[in-house]
Amino acid sequence: MPSISFMNVTKRFDKLLALDRLTFDVESGEYVCVLGPTGSGKTTLLRLIAGLLNPDDGTIFFDGRSVNTLEAHDRNAVYVPQQYALFPHLTVLENVAFGPLARNKSEVEAREIASKTLETVKLSWRAQALPGELSGGMQQRVALARGLASGADLLLLDEPLGALDARLRLELRHKLRELVKQSGMTAIHVTHDRDEAMSVADRIMILRAGRILDYGTPSRAYTKPAGIFVANLIGGASFLEGTVDAVTPDFSLIRMRGGLQIRGPSELFASDEPIILGIRREQVRILADKFEAENILEGEIREVRFLGSTREYVIRLTNGDRIVSRRFLEGKNPAFATGQRIYVSFKKRDVMTFAYPSQGLRKELEMV
Amino acid sequence: MQNAKTQTGISRSMLHELLVRAERLSASPFVTKSVYSIALAFFLLIVIAPAIAGILAQLFSLPDLKLSSEVVARMQSAIVWSFLIGLSVSSLDVLAGIPFAWLIVRRREHWTTILDSLADIPFVIPTVALGFSILEFWSTPSGIGMIFGADKVVSPGMLLIMLLHFAFSFPVIVRVMVGEFLNYRETFEVAARTLGASGFTAVRTITLPILRPGILAGFLLALARSLSETGATIVVAGAFENGTVFINNARGAGLTTAIVIASLLLIICSLLVFALTKILAPRIRIAPLRVWPNFEKRLSGRSSIEARNAISLGIFFVFVLLPCLFIALPAIMAMADGTVNEAIAGVGPWAGFWSSMLLSYVLALLATTINVAFGLPVAVLIARNRFGQKATKIIDALVDLPIIVPSLALGVSLSFFWSRLGALPEFWVLVLAHTTITYSYFVRAMTASVQGIAPELEETARTLGAHPLRVFRKITLPLTKYSLLSGAILVFTRSVDETGATSAVSKVMKTAPVLLVDWIRGNVAVTPGERALGIGFLVATSFVALVVLRLIALRQSRRK
Repeated sequence: MPSISFMNVTKRFDKLLALDRLTFDVESGEYVCVLGPTGSGKTTLLRLIAGLLNPDDGTIFFDGRSVNTLEAHDRNAVYVPQQYALFPHLTVLENVAFGPLARNKSEVEAREIASKTLETVKLSWRAQALPGELSGGMQQRVALARGLASGADLLLLDEPLGALDARLRLELRHKLRELVKQSGMTAIHVTHDRDEAMSVADRIMILRAGRILDYGTPSRAYTKPAGIFVANLIGGASFLEGTVDAVTPDFSLIRMRGGLQIRGPSELFASDEPIILGIRREQVRILADKFEAENILEGEIREVRFLGSTREYVIRLTNGDRIVSRRFLEGKNPAFATGQRIYVSFKKRDVMTFAYPSQGLRKELEMV
Repeated sequence: MQNAKTQTGISRSMLHELLVRAERLSASPFVTKSVYSIALAFFLLIVIAPAIAGILAQLFSLPDLKLSSEVVARMQSAIVWSFLIGLSVSSLDVLAGIPFAWLIVRRREHWTTILDSLADIPFVIPTVALGFSILEFWSTPSGIGMIFGADKVVSPGMLLIMLLHFAFSFPVIVRVMVGEFLNYRETFEVAARTLGASGFTAVRTITLPILRPGILAGFLLALARSLSETGATIVVAGAFENGTVFINNARGAGLTTAIVIASLLLIICSLLVFALTKILAPRIRIAPLRVWPNFEKRLSGRSSIEARNAISLGIFFVFVLLPCLFIALPAIMAMADGTVNEAIAGVGPWAGFWSSMLLSYVLALLATTINVAFGLPVAVLIARNRFGQKATKIIDALVDLPIIVPSLALGVSLSFFWSRLGALPEFWVLVLAHTTITYSYFVRAMTASVQGIAPELEETARTLGAHPLRVFRKITLPLTKYSLLSGAILVFTRSVDETGATSAVSKVMKTAPVLLVDWIRGNVAVTPGERALGIGFLVATSFVALVVLRLIALRQSRRK
């Protein structure tokens, strides 16, 4: 199974810079999710690896060898596009057998491989059907089977679950990872669903406007996101503006609007520097009465959202800033009502701090 | 028996081996580039160059370009009339053709299937015969005037030319629109209907705008036919002159300069009009969001639909089918008397008839084979922008050239070009001439069809490890099979019925239409019954060939 390396790969479409000097590695057998908003360059990235596009600049390596001049059919990298591209005039079996046949297996062998692969995705009983006769979920499985059976060692999945309904999407994503891992293939999975990316990826790559903002394990990207955009994209948070008042070895004092003061981690910020604080929803506690703890702020519940196992509260602080808290429905967590005056608190080590973005907070959070 | 079986086994495995090798070869970008380049070279050197080189060569060999002011005035008005007639007839074609095509596609019954085939009849009638048929139908006492007790209903001239052009370009629109409607996904229309639009509103505001590229393609094809048709037009023109009639008259008067300049002007103006239409048409928006609910609801009612269908059918029978077939009607009588036996025996005027028929079909078969082989790569090249946007646009525009050039001028140009090259036997000159004449039809049909396939299908096949030839053979070709066949049918029928250019190229060998021109013009003494029977044979054989091909196409598309 190959590893993939990008070295300063750039791709332009006329004047539009789709990918800007991308450099990264994917290990052999790894399952990487590429996450990013529409137009961030995700599909372009896949098509470059597949050999359907050529980079304008830079080099793509498989196992350390440049593949820039290698044609798509010689790359052993199978591309599964968004709408699956099942060949409408071929049966399910013929679709799956297409790859082995194309790679010069005999017809008997190809059929055998195809039948076996259809078994693993539990679709043997539909082998003679035409793609148009299948449901969306079945089509997805056929597309996957076709990729697995092709003998390729690199699987490029473009929004593989995007066309399915939400419940099926949840069900299939782990099955997808399991099948890919069983086959030992290296997989690149493009999606704009962050939960999907978090739950199946070995590593997540965050793309925005053709650049890599973050690349690492899901838990690292969640706890130590590289920037406001990444923090917002993965997990979401309340973002508040502040200024550093003082930095001590243990903590930093941060002044917020309206004179509110809180403590954050002592990071590499200088006094008087404007910064952005990010606080994850689940780190914000709510209490009806004032109590002793770090960072206690007064506020009023403005909105309650019921989410099943959790409730989400939108709280307006006394200085007008908004903060969101998510609480599990347990006995000791009482429910609060809209309009109720409460206190929120969060630990200083849970405060994420970011440099103030040059183009302003709102622009930085835009999903483009 | 056993032996034969192993032999086919061997040849099959050899074929397989050959294919595998060819596929492997196609993996090299150099080889695919070469295939495209060869097809492109064939297009430029064998198809396009002869079509205009003859005219250009004559232009440069002229002593001067002086024309008398009287001739210039005639030429100007003739060319202006060509475009006025062409544009108005093509517009009428679109208006009348769309409801007719709609009727064929949406009413899938036996009689509409037959209607579908009947609409092809004007394709298979030799153009000169078509001219005479129209003339006799509208302008003689034995024609439609008989009903009204009049000598004629329409005199030869501008109006009769319009009637003629309508008759032969109507099927072009119908053919294109039937294909478009068949490929169209009804979901959009259904969505519009559930949003409260009446059937008529849905079609007008949703379906037709979506199908605009197809409508435009049909319009341009009809326009090209109208601008370039010569053989039939001269028969019905009377004293009136449009561009092609002017060229013909100038030839009669020995005005070489006028022929060359008029042909070039007609070609250049046509290319300009084509380019302009292609640029402007996508920008025209005919009040897509203006709806007249009550009025349009009434138009969508059952009685309105029946009335519309009746009018469509009426227009088709009165203005297209009957006038076209009129000349062949005496053939029914000829079947009863002894003429048919003489014909089959090949006696008298029939001596050369059957060999001409054979020549026509051999030519058509060869021209079709050559155009499919060399046209396919060019169609893919255009559809997939293989040589870059700019080059593709130029190639795309050039594809229309052979149908824009007036057929007489095309014939003169072709014969000039190929006779300069010398040693080529007449048969092969005819083959190449027919290749040029019919080239556009196949490439146009295939380009549209390949463009209709989602590129992801081909891309996925490539990443699954299929070499380009295999992708084409297993994915592209099966999905475009229907268009390939209908493109081939168009080429075949055009080749069988082409008269104007062929008569300019042929010297000794006569294709069936060229021979029939002699009969119709009275160069050979034949009775009206014999004449009708001759045309009847050609029409009937072409029609049978057409129906058989269509059945094959239908079975192919059903099997999957």
